[in-house]
Amino acid sequence: MRRFKEFIIEKLVFLSGILVILFVCLIFVFLLKEGLSFFKDVKLSAFLLGKYWYPISEPPRFGILPLILGSLFVTLGAVLFAVPLSIGAAFYVAEIAPARIRDFLKTGIEILASIPSVVLGFVGMITLVPWIKAIFHVPTGLTALAGSIMLGFMAMPTIISISEDAITAVPRQYKEGSIALGATRWQTMYRVTIHAAKPGIIAACMLGVGRVIGETMAVMMITGNAAVIPRTFLQPVRTLTATIAAEMGEVVHGSAHYHALFSIGIILFLITFMINITADFFLHRVRTK
Amino acid sequence: MPIIETKNLNLFYDKFHALIDVNIAIKEKGITAIIGPSGCGKSTLLRTFNRMNDLIEGVAMTGEILVGSENILGPGIDLVGLRKKVGMVFQRPNPFPLTIYENLVYGLKVHHMITSRDELGGLVEESLKAVLLWDKLKDRLYASALSLSLEEKQRLCIARTLAVKPDIILMDEPCSALDPIATLKIEETARELKKDYTIVIVTHNMQQAARISDDVGFMLLGRLVEFGKTGDVFNRPQDKKTEEYITGRYG
Ligand SMILES: Nc1ncnc2c1ncn2[C@@H]1O[C@H](COP(=O)(O)OP(=O)(O)OP(=O)(O)O)[C@@H](O)[C@H]1O
Ligand SMILES: [Mg+2]
Repeated sequence: MRRFKEFIIEKLVFLSGILVILFVCLIFVFLLKEGLSFFKDVKLSAFLLGKYWYPISEPPRFGILPLILGSLFVTLGAVLFAVPLSIGAAFYVAEIAPARIRDFLKTGIEILASIPSVVLGFVGMITLVPWIKAIFHVPTGLTALAGSIMLGFMAMPTIISISEDAITAVPRQYKEGSIALGATRWQTMYRVTIHAAKPGIIAACMLGVGRVIGETMAVMMITGNAAVIPRTFLQPVRTLTATIAAEMGEVVHGSAHYHALFSIGIILFLITFMINITADFFLHRVRTK
Repeated sequence: MPIIETKNLNLFYDKFHALIDVNIAIKEKGITAIIGPSGCGKSTLLRTFNRMNDLIEGVAMTGEILVGSENILGPGIDLVGLRKKVGMVFQRPNPFPLTIYENLVYGLKVHHMITSRDELGGLVEESLKAVLLWDKLKDRLYASALSLSLEEKQRLCIARTLAVKPDIILMDEPCSALDPIATLKIEETARELKKDYTIVIVTHNMQQAARISDDVGFMLLGRLVEFGKTGDVFNRPQDKKTEEYITGRYG
């Protein structure tokens, strides 16, 4: 009887493993099938480098350069905003904060991580967007800057907690060696600890960026969604993700526009995949050291 | 005139009384060994000399520690200056995860002693020569220090300490991670260094203490039970417990 039970459990576990892989493959095949057929009509270069995204004009134009740049602007802004702040915070939590403040901060970071992105987008719309409008005297506060800041907040918990782990994992002997040579706590941090923790910190940033690029809801709410090539952070932009989310609902099934949206999906997938691979590479280096 | 002298030194880890009325006088330019069973406070004593115990929360000290003629437990003591003067080598070799070169110039950078590139190069060469590593490493100064063997790492750590030109070098069981041959080599290095530096070495290994030290102190349960010339302590111990320990009836 027990043998039989074990047999069943073993098979079930095996089956779930296989099923997961199967689902991933199916999704991937579907994505490729729907996306790649787009390139029968439109050249890849015209798709990637085309300056105009007018999918429902006559004739339609499917250039996603503005969308790529929109994603890039928002992501870059988020990185510039979130990475220095997060690394600083990670060092503070890991090395400086007294135990009580540390626990308090870690709870805060966890709460930040659990705010749904639509709520963040909403809060950003009510607070950040009018501020940007007032401070910079721009016609609308729905800009790349607003998206960057909100997405920065979204990336921060990931970056902080993984960096903090990396910093905490730096062997105490390194710090002792540095202090014994007469270095101050600060010198030790920026000359030794950060080097020893670098792979982990880089991985943390990559994972944070991965989160930002894939994010949809908040950016759709606060970036203004104008598919034009941005020149500054104070212009409305539209990202790859927001485009899919906004247009998939109304698109004519099987049309060129429909396939174009899947192609955008493939591009997004490739970008996120590369970022995750890179992050993995650095995390792996942390573990094998 | 001793270079390090403690007067009624007591140290507490919170409630735990780890050093009890320690009075020790360490001579300049020689090797002083501190021996004793595990947990008797050897490392603790050693780490008071460069105030490394400050890193541990809840440490309190009373008494005096004179380094040179300055009481390093006094108010307003310059810890950075103290640690520049009193270098330390640890039990487990701990080169930084940087290049060999960067390890060697680390202290110079930290103390803003950098001058010209040539001078830096000169100091690197000098400190590597002092630990007999120059010939071996001169062509791979920019390799990672983590690629070295354990013994080489430990030598590098000694060299890194020498580069800032300390007066005193503290060594906390510097050979315990090394094999016997590497141990002998490090001992030889220590013997070379004592011409120019004062060395205080903690060791578990009595033969090692007998081989290299000029003076030796025996500690037990937080007290310095016996202190004197190495020959005297090993041949005619005054305290019965010292005798028991060195004849191997202890720990
Ligand atoms: N951070 C600490 N907090 C509390 N007690 C400590 C701490 N460090 C050491 N002790 C205690 O102080 C005593 C002396 O420790 P110390 O490390 O100086 O011994 P030791 O002679 O160097 O031993 P070993 O030969 O094992 O290295 C031990 O009883 C130890 O448990
Ligand atoms: Mg010890």
